[in-house]
Amino acid sequence: MWRGERCLFRDLALQVHAARALHVRGPNGCGKTTLLRILCGLLTPDDGQLLVDGEHVRGADPRLRSLVGYLGHADALKLELGVAENLRFAAALTAAAPLPDTGATLARMGLSELAGLQTRHLSAGQRRRLAIGRLIGGGHRVWVLDEPFTALDSAGGELLSELLEQALDAGVGVVFTSHLSSPLRAARLDVLDLSAAAAS
Amino acid sequence: MIARAFLGVLRRDLLLAVRGHSELVLPLLFYLLVVTLVPLAVSPDAATLAGLAPGIIWVGALLATLLSLERLFRSDFDDGSLDLLLLSPAPLPVLVLAKVLAHWLTTGLPLLLVAPLLALFLALPERALATLLATLALGTPVLSFIGAVGVGLTVSVRRGGGLLALLVLPLYVPVLIFGANAVSAAADGLPVAGQLYMLGAFLALAASLAPLAAAGALRITAT
Repeated sequence: MWRGERCLFRDLALQVHAARALHVRGPNGCGKTTLLRILCGLLTPDDGQLLVDGEHVRGADPRLRSLVGYLGHADALKLELGVAENLRFAAALTAAAPLPDTGATLARMGLSELAGLQTRHLSAGQRRRLAIGRLIGGGHRVWVLDEPFTALDSAGGELLSELLEQALDAGVGVVFTSHLSSPLRAARLDVLDLSAAAAS
Repeated sequence: MIARAFLGVLRRDLLLAVRGHSELVLPLLFYLLVVTLVPLAVSPDAATLAGLAPGIIWVGALLATLLSLERLFRSDFDDGSLDLLLLSPAPLPVLVLAKVLAHWLTTGLPLLLVAPLLALFLALPERALATLLATLALGTPVLSFIGAVGVGLTVSVRRGGGLLALLVLPLYVPVLIFGANAVSAAADGLPVAGQLYMLGAFLALAASLAPLAAAGALRITAT
């Protein structure tokens, strides 16, 4: 994958397994976000292919789209909408049936008291919690998280780790980038260091 | 699932337009101002104005729509919401259709509703009023559809407003010609069915192709 004149990574192969987490690491600008966007089908790699259950999928394949829950580095929240409205809108876009219970999600993310507020009144950390809450109950088989721990306080970080462990227990495959050394238990954690995968 | 996503997007965009008042009111005020400037600049004479009225009302509607186009995808692109739309298992053209419909309801429809006031103001003959409303009802959705393709292509360009105008305005020309011409003809008491059929055909074409084209453009620009 090239960005401008620079090769981010080449000859890179990786697998996302159910109930296993993959921690993508590397210095700023090494292509972590690019790699995650390729995995979601939002970006098409210059070369190479994406397989789901052994079947080749192209970037925008609906199979891939119903599979992946994505949390980008932007929160993708509408500030003019209420906290619960943001969750309901995101849920309406998923294939989840039945729709996840927004009240339960807000309680899980520690945002219950803010349910009626407009999202603009939330702090950066609270917005991050809300964005993470979108993944709960979405019925995705893979979670792709770009720096999910950013802006979270220590309690929020623990909450997210707990959430990820539960998702792994439920058989969800998790891919995430983070500068934290080991936010999850080592037993089901793989690490991919992109600085080693780069080549001029 | 597709209907749920469609309604979800429609509902959200309508809510956003209503809550961000300026987005709703600004194109409308712009429209009113542009049209009211003409009598000041040209002549307050009723006969002169009546001849110019169809063209002024249509050009005003076109420019007001252009002013409002960016919000179709710009804020979604900026805050990352576009990724949610792109990753939804619902077909992207359907979601684009919902966004265009919301855009028309909050831009085209208000333009249509104030048009009788402007027609009165510009001394447009009364018998042309029904035709004016019919051309706007058929034509303004086409403007929203074509605009969606243009915005889809330019959304990743910083300050892409000028580029958008260059891209979209030439495509607006047929709608402008048939729209304004039909109103002029009606003012002169001539039949207008031909022009209305053409506008109807434009609408059918835009409604069926523009969502696909805009969806394709968004997938490309998102990368």
